[in-house]
Amino acid sequence: MLFFSFFKTLVDHEVTVELKNDISIRGTLKSVDQFLNIKLDNINVVEEMKYPHLSSVKNVFIRGSVVRYVHLPSGAVDTALLEDATRREATQASARAKQG
Amino acid sequence: MDNSRMENLSLQDQGGPHGQNAPPQPAAGGLPPVPQLPPQMFTTAAQLLDLTDKKLMIILRDGRKLIGVLRSWDQFANLVLQDTIERIFAANLYADVHRGIYIVRGENVLMLGEIDLDKDDYVPEPYQEAPIETVHATQRKEQENRKNKDKAKREKLLTMGFEPEHSGEVIF
Repeated sequence: MLFFSFFKTLVDHEVTVELKNDISIRGTLKSVDQFLNIKLDNINVVEEMKYPHLSSVKNVFIRGSVVRYVHLPSGAVDTALLEDATRREATQASARAKQG
Repeated sequence: MDNSRMENLSLQDQGGPHGQNAPPQPAAGGLPPVPQLPPQMFTTAAQLLDLTDKKLMIILRDGRKLIGVLRSWDQFANLVLQDTIERIFAANLYADVHRGIYIVRGENVLMLGEIDLDKDDYVPEPYQEAPIETVHATQRKEQENRKNKDKAKREKLLTMGFEPEHSGEVIF
């Protein structure tokens, strides 16, 4: 659930989502859910002329399973905090595994 | 579907899942708490709720582009579309085929986007509407080309010990 929480902190930031079919869509991250489905507002398609079917679309819901990369604004990411959270989650997971 | 639960997922609703307000989570490392949005904003249902009854462009995993009005859905993004047309693009041509009502299984959905009604049915310049037969013929030729190219690429990658990306899953 760490990445779900992480993406929640990025709401209202500009991100670029690159899909497995090579389309890159830039837009404001509006929402994300447990499957990392992503909703973007005010979208802009990189290489728009190659994907004419998206010209009249203003916001998209992208299924998490088709996302290859999400390009993030580096200013909005606290890597130290992320590292800490990852370690904490890993310790918790191993503690739980030992218990039973 | 339990309709009253759907109603409870309104984005304006500030309450938690059981009516109480979600307390802000204190951030790790003693930093000031980050203001948190209500958790029910972050469900598939909440993301689809405000697209209901809107005219959408739906792109399926096999590359099909459907334009229709979203009438119902569930947590898996299974969709019901009304007055659907399929828009087929090939080279710089396109054609619309009337399809009617669609029930789409969620796993086949790649993405769906709300159509800006100010730019409704706008297709950029080099693309031209053409008779469906022409578009189908062009499309068949394109698919043939792509199949050959993909096959060559896959064989080459395999000789170098790479498993091709999204093998087994057709994605356009």
